[in-house]
Parts: sequence; structure tokens; C-alpha cells
Amino acid sequence: MQYQFDWSVLWRGQSAQWLLQGILTTLEISALAWLLASALGVLSGALRTVPLRPLRVLATFYVEFFRNVPLLVWMFFWYFGVPPLLPRPVQDWLFNHGAEFWAGMFALGVYHGARFSEVIRSGIQSIPKTQFEAAASTGLTVAQAYRLIIIPIALRLIVPPMTNESLNLLKNSSLALTIGVAELTFQTRQIETYTAKAIEALTAGTLIYLILCLGIASVMARVERRFAIPGLIARVGRAEH
Amino acid sequence: MDFGVVVSNFGFLMVQGFLGFGNFVGGTLRLAIPAIVLGFILGIFIGLGRLARAPWIRIPATGYVELFRGTPLIMVIFWFWFILPILLRVPLPEYWVALAAFVIFEAAYLGEIVRAGIQSVPKGQVEAATATGLTAAQTMRHVVLPQALKNMIPALVTQFIVLLKDTSLASIIGYVDLTKAAQIVNNREIRPFELYLFIAVVYWICTYSMSRFSRRLELRLGSPMGGPA
Repeated sequence: MQYQFDWSVLWRGQSAQWLLQGILTTLEISALAWLLASALGVLSGALRTVPLRPLRVLATFYVEFFRNVPLLVWMFFWYFGVPPLLPRPVQDWLFNHGAEFWAGMFALGVYHGARFSEVIRSGIQSIPKTQFEAAASTGLTVAQAYRLIIIPIALRLIVPPMTNESLNLLKNSSLALTIGVAELTFQTRQIETYTAKAIEALTAGTLIYLILCLGIASVMARVERRFAIPGLIARVGRAEH
Repeated sequence: MDFGVVVSNFGFLMVQGFLGFGNFVGGTLRLAIPAIVLGFILGIFIGLGRLARAPWIRIPATGYVELFRGTPLIMVIFWFWFILPILLRVPLPEYWVALAAFVIFEAAYLGEIVRAGIQSVPKGQVEAATATGLTAAQTMRHVVLPQALKNMIPALVTQFIVLLKDTSLASIIGYVDLTKAAQIVNNREIRPFELYLFIAVVYWICTYSMSRFSRRLELRLGSPMGGPA
């Protein structure tokens, strides 16, 4: 094999700075999108249970439409498709303030909001009905039952699949490179372009993603064990990406 | 807004982009279907490896799953895009790069489905098979796998939906799938809103109908593996 390894490309020149900026941008876009997705997930999850049919239909439509279309298509849609339809001053403002970042954040948040919604819903549905009945029979009011029994159980049930989904969000933020957001994958490509050292650049990028993902996963596993209820092991959700 | 652009390019988008017949080697389905079949075959080995008693099989299989589940798919595609030509010393068409990347990547997820499917078979089945004198391999082939496969079907359909959505990433290295076809048309027509909304609806019709199908299957077969689609 004629390939000459040269690992120093990762710290020579601007590479280290690029990687650092990439990590920060990845974390920033993921954190903002996570907040948006959580808000949308809780809101649409709640709306799917209200006794008003139009609201239920709207929330169901949101969840089923947005999570079943590839995120990449949403990236292009929100970045190329939507801004031309906005009023001129809004367009000008957007393109002076990093439109690709906001479009990417929005695409990521709206897509994962629909997926969070499903995780939250199945978590709540997996609480056995007997818990409600037992709470009522011991004389707790509905509010007390929720505060002392249902919510503490629901939170524990939701933590593992939510961790999984949050990591998916972090990994999916890499798609923002397609619309020009300078996140970690983008910077990895940039190092490759400038140095022609593909293997070194990709190794660095892959290792950083792995460290971020495994790090968060192991912290959350500890949280999960710390708060586990003995005898109640009902993992909900399944690994997807 | 003018959806005429969709009508006048419908043939290119669907026949070339979605199905894969035309001047380009492309197509969403032409990538997705071989990828799920080959990924599943590799996934069976990964899943069995994860359950093996011998550490020299179990640890590499676990490492494989953790490695690919902790890496964004686009990174894996870039790896294959740069590495395969170096290793094979020939330029490789996008189709083979994308197919290789999807098979290797999806096998990590499919392996977990296989593992969960095998673990969902009650222990008594293995004990009974052993008691009737079957060897471990025979037990796996004739008793455990057939039952595990039935339990895996809904999860496999779900994974195929995920894969179908993921194939859009092949457009990043220039493979002409539905997403790339829309980009090509858009470069000429400059109608991003209409075109991207149209392909979103096409993807949605495929994935949503499959997810309904998967839910019906789950109800009919019962769902020992649980979890949402």
C-alpha cells in the first residue's frame, strides 16, 4: 500500500483549531436542537391525549410526517426551500446571521421532536395500569398519584430510550455539513481537503464522535442505575439511529 | 409556488431517482433492498457473535456493534469513500461504496435485532431441544432461529424503514437516488420548496405505509420484543 501515514497533520497548522471549533459547533447545534425537540416532543405528546380532535390530528400529523421523512430532505427543505418564501427583511436578517446554522438547528429539532414524542408516549404507556389503581386504592388523590407514583416511574422508564434518542440527535447533527454548517464532520472533511490525509482526518473525527457518544452513554447508564427501582426493569424503546 | 415542475420531471424523479432505471446507476430502492438483505445476513453472524460464550468471538462482535452505533452514518460513508479505492487500488463507483457502507453499518443495528430475537426465545425451548439429543448447532438452526426470526419480523420492517430513509445519505457522495435526483432537477429549475416537499411526500408514503404494516404484523404476531416502531 502506497499510503503514507502522517498523523502530525492533526495538530500542524490550523487542524487542531478546526477540530475544536467543529466540536463546539456540533455541541452547540445539538444542544439547541435538543431543547427545541424536547419542547416539541412534550407538547405534541400532550396534545395527542387532549379530548379535542383537531389538536390530536394536528399533533399526530406532525409526529407521523416529520419522523418518517429522511432528515437530509428536511435539511434541504428548511435551508433551500423555505427561506425564499419568507418576507424580504426576514431573509436578509437570516442570511446575515448564519442562516445555515439556524436552518440546520431547526431541521434537526423538528425532526427529533417527532421522534422524542414517540419515545415519551411509549414510556408513559408502558406504566402498568395497576400502578394507577394501587395509588387510588391507598387513598392518594389524582395529583398525588401523579406526583408520587406515576411521574417518578415514567421518568425512570424514559431515561434509557431518551438517552438513545439524544445520542442519535448528536450523531445526526453531522448531516448539517450538507448545508454548510462547520460542525465536526465538516471540519474533518476540511482537514482532508487541505492535507489530502483522509485516514488521519477521518480517524480523528470518528474517535471524537465515539468518545462523545460513549461518554454520554456511560454517564447516563450510571444515572439509570443510581435511580433504578428494584424489580421494575422495563426497558422501552429500541436502538435506532 | 408552482408544482408543475414536479409534473414535468416526474419521470426522472421516480423512475431514475426512486427505482433506479435510466442513464445513471442509481435509485433508492436499488440500494435499499440489497443493503437490507446483505446487512441482515451479516447481522445474523454479529448477533450470534454477541451471544457467544467464547470471549474471542463475543468481544470483537460487541466492539463492532459499539463502534458503528457510536459513529454517524455519514462518517462511515466517508470512510468507505476514501479507504476502498486505497485498499483496492481502483476507483470504485458510488453504488458499491454506498452499498458496502450501508451493509457494514446496518449490520450493527440488525445484529442487535437478531440478538434480541434470539434472547426472546424461552430457555425451555433450548433445554427441551438438548434433552431430545440435538447438538448446539442443530438446536440453533432447527429450534431457536425459526422462532427468533418470527419475533424479529416487526423490528426488521422498522429497520428497513430506517434504512430507506438513510439511503438519502448516499446522495452526498454523488449517488443518484431520489434526493440527488431532486437536487439535479433543482439545479436546473430552482424550485427547492416544491421539489423537496414532493420527495418528502414520496418518502413519507413509503415509510408510513410500511410502519402501518409493521404495526399490524406486531399485533398479529404478538410482540415479545416490545418497543415502539
